[in-house]
Amino acid sequence: MGEIVLEMERISKRFGATRALDNVALQVRSHEVLALMGENGAGKSTLMKVLSGVYQPDAGEIRLLGQPVKLNAPADARAVGINLIYQELAVAPHMTVAQNVFMGSEPRGRFGRVDLTTMRTRTNEVLQQLGARFDADTLAGSLGIADQQQVEIARSLIHQSRVLIMDEPTAALSDRETERLFGVIRRLRDDGIAIVYISHRMAEMTELADRVAVMRDGGYVGTLLKAEAAPERVIQMMVGRPLDDFYQRRETTAKGPVRLAVRNVVSPKINDASFHVCAGEVLGLAGLVGAGRTELARIIFGADPKASGDILVDGKAVNIKEPLDAMRLGIGYLPEDRKGQGLFLQLSALANTTMSVLGKHSRMGLLNHKALRKLTEDAIKQLSVKVPGPDGIVGGLSGGNQQKLLLARWLAIKPRVLILDEPTRGVDVGAKSEIYRIINQLAASGVAVVVISSELPEVIGICDRVVVMREGHITGEVAGDAINQETIMTYATLATAPAALAA
Amino acid sequence: MAHQTHTAGAAPLSPTPAHPMTFGQLFNRVGMLPVLILMYVAFYFLTRYLSDDGTSNFMTTGNTMNILRQTSINLVLACGMTFVILTAGIDLSVGSILAVSAVLGMLTSLPGHLAALALPVFLLSGLGMGLINGVMVAGFKINPFVVTLGTMTALRGAAYLFADGTTVLNRDIPSFEWLGNSNFMGVPWLIWVAMGVVLVSWFILRQTVLGLHIYAVGGNPQAARLTGIKVGAVLLFVYAINGLFSGIAGAMSASRLYGANGNWGTGYELDAIAAVVLGGTSLMGGVGSVWGTVIGALIIGVMNNGLTIIGLSSFWQYVAKGVVIVLAVMLDKWRQQQATTN
Repeated sequence: MGEIVLEMERISKRFGATRALDNVALQVRSHEVLALMGENGAGKSTLMKVLSGVYQPDAGEIRLLGQPVKLNAPADARAVGINLIYQELAVAPHMTVAQNVFMGSEPRGRFGRVDLTTMRTRTNEVLQQLGARFDADTLAGSLGIADQQQVEIARSLIHQSRVLIMDEPTAALSDRETERLFGVIRRLRDDGIAIVYISHRMAEMTELADRVAVMRDGGYVGTLLKAEAAPERVIQMMVGRPLDDFYQRRETTAKGPVRLAVRNVVSPKINDASFHVCAGEVLGLAGLVGAGRTELARIIFGADPKASGDILVDGKAVNIKEPLDAMRLGIGYLPEDRKGQGLFLQLSALANTTMSVLGKHSRMGLLNHKALRKLTEDAIKQLSVKVPGPDGIVGGLSGGNQQKLLLARWLAIKPRVLILDEPTRGVDVGAKSEIYRIINQLAASGVAVVVISSELPEVIGICDRVVVMREGHITGEVAGDAINQETIMTYATLATAPAALAA
Repeated sequence: MAHQTHTAGAAPLSPTPAHPMTFGQLFNRVGMLPVLILMYVAFYFLTRYLSDDGTSNFMTTGNTMNILRQTSINLVLACGMTFVILTAGIDLSVGSILAVSAVLGMLTSLPGHLAALALPVFLLSGLGMGLINGVMVAGFKINPFVVTLGTMTALRGAAYLFADGTTVLNRDIPSFEWLGNSNFMGVPWLIWVAMGVVLVSWFILRQTVLGLHIYAVGGNPQAARLTGIKVGAVLLFVYAINGLFSGIAGAMSASRLYGANGNWGTGYELDAIAAVVLGGTSLMGGVGSVWGTVIGALIIGVMNNGLTIIGLSSFWQYVAKGVVIVLAVMLDKWRQQQATTN
C-alpha cells in the first residue's frame, strides 16, 4: 500500500436547495485502486467533479501530498496531475489518435508549428505502455468504444498523472474489453498511479479494488479494505438496509401461447435469426456487445429494415415498417441508449411518460391535460420515481429515475410484447431491484418480455429462458436450471457444434 | 422551472421549494418580460429628456398602438418561425414567401382578374411555398438551412418576375383593404390578426398532440421516431404553417401599402429569427414558447419605434438592434445556467 497522495476533508457542496455533498472525506493512495461505490445520486460524480476542478466546494479542503490545493478549473487539476475520464467519451472522430491525445497541449516546434514527430513518438510510447492494439496515426473515429477509452487514458498519461479517476468506464464495454481495461488499470496501479474507480458493478469491485469507499445520499458512509468488502456488506452500506433476494426470481408460472415469433430474419448484421417468446415469459437475449441483439430488437420494432424473414404476432405474420406499426400491435421497445434514443431531456416528466399514448388521451387532437397528469402522477407513485412532479424536467434526474420514467412510457401503451434493451445500465441498486420487480409483474400479467442484457448475473437471475447470440447468429438456447454463466458464455464466445452444423 | 438536480435521496416530491425563490429562479419563470418593460420605460424617459418641451408621447395609447401595429407583421412571421425553430430547423425564405404571396395577391386584385379571390391567393400561395420547403426537408431530408437558402433566393427572383420588375399598385382593393387600414373596436385589424396568429400558435403548441410532437421532434428526433411519432409529418407541418403565416404577413403588408413588389420583405426572416431567439427559444430545438416570441417581437418593435422617435439615424438603429440581440441572448444563456444549477 502506497503513501497518501490526495486527501479530501469535510467537503460540502449545495445546488440551490439540494445538498449534493455533505461533509465528505476521502483518502487516495498511490499504488492502489480505490473503488468508489454508491447508488446513482449518492454524490460520487459530484465529488469527483469537485476533485477534478469542475465544481468548487462550498466548504472543505483538498490536500495533495499534504499541501492544500485550490482547484478552480479542470486545467488546475490537470496541472497537478489529477485526471478524470468521463463516462461519456469525448474523442474527436475525424482526428488521429495522436492529435486527440495532445489536444489542447500540442508540442510546439520551430516558428510555432506543431511538432508532429514528438507528438507521434510520445503517443506511441504511451500506447505501448497501455498495451494498445492501434497506433498514433489511427483515426480515432475508426476505433471501438474500448479503444477510444484507451485514447482518453493515454491523454491523461502524457502529462504527469498522479490520480486517475474513472467514472463507470465499463458501462459500454463487453466482458472481453473489460478484462483488457482491467489489465491496463492494474499496470497503471503498479506504476504508482492512484486510481479512483467509480462503478455500480459489484463483480468489478471485488476483482479490482484494493479499498472500497461507500457514499450514500451525498454523505460518506465508510471505507473497507479488500478483505472486508464482501458484496452483501457493501450493498448494505450503499442502500442503508440489507437487500435480500436481490433478483427476486419468481416461481415459474405456466407459460401462455407463443406471443411473438421471429423466423429466419436476415439483415446486414443479422444472419438467419429465429426465436419465439411466449405470453407470461421472460426471455433473455444474451451475448457480447456487438453480437447483434440490439439490431435484432430494432428490426422487430420496425426501427431498422430487414432484408428477409418473417415476424409473427399471435401466430399471424405481420408487416412492421415503422415503430408506429409495432406499437399498434402492442410491441414496445426500451432502447439501450437512454439519453440518445429514449428521453426528451428538456421536456417534463409528463411529456416523457405520456408521449406514446397522447392519441389515446386526446379528442380530435386536443390534449386531455387532466388525464395525462393523472397518468403521470400514477406512474411516478407506482414506480416511486424521485421527481419534483409531473412538470419536473427529466434532464436533471438521476439515471435510475430517468430509466423508470422511460419504462413508464412503455407501460402506458399496455404492451403485449415488451423488449427491454439493457434496462438496468447506469442504474443504481435500488432502481435496479425495482425494475426487476416490474419485469416480474409484467410477465405475471401475461406480457411477453424480452430482456437484452450484458450482465450475466442479471440474465441468470430474472429470465425463464435465454437465447444467446454471437456475431449476428443465434448460437444457443438454455432454459430453467441449465441457465448458468458458463453455458451462456460458451454460446456467446465459441462456435459450438450445432452452430457449426447450421453454418 | 425549479427542478432538482440528481438527488436520489433527498428530492422533495412537491414542486414548491421550501425556501424563497432566488432571483435567478424568478427571472427564469418570467423570461425576457422585465427587459421589455425596462426598455419601454427607459424609452419614455429618454424621449422626454431629449424632446424640446420636456414631454413625451411615447407612452400614449396612440404611440403604443403604433408600436403594436409596426410589430404585427414581424410577429406573425416570428410565430411561424417559432414552430420551425422548435424542431431545430430554420426557415430563411419567409421574407421571399411574403413577397411572392404579396405580389400574387395584388395581381389577383387587379381589374379583370378575380379580385374577390385575392385573400385566398395570399394564403394559399404562402401555404404552397411552405409545403415545398417541408417536402424537401422532411421528404428528401435535406438540411433546412440549405433548403430555405435556396428557396429564399429562388422565390425572391420569382417575386420580381411575377411583378415584372415594377410595383403592382391598386388603390381599389375592397376585399382586403380592411386588413391593413381599418380598426375593429378601436384596434387596428393588423393587431387583431397578429393576436389571432399568436393564439392559434399557442393553442397548437400547448393544447394539441401535434404540439407536443413538435417539441419531441426538436428535442430528440431519434427518440421521437422510436416513440411512434411521424417525424416527417411533423416537419412537413411546421414548414407548411410557417409558409401560411408568411402568406398572411404578405396580405397584411400588401393591404397596408396598397401594393407589392419583388423587393417586399427583404431581411424580414432575420427580424423573425431575432424575435424567436430573444424570446428564449433554443436554436437547438425542443425548448421555447410562443409567449417568449411575442415578447421578443415586442422588444424589437419598442426599440425600432423608440430609436426613431429619438431621431437616431437608421444606420445607428441597425447597430443598436444588433447589440441588443446579442446582449439579450447572453442574458438568456446566463438565465439557463441559473436554471440548471438551481
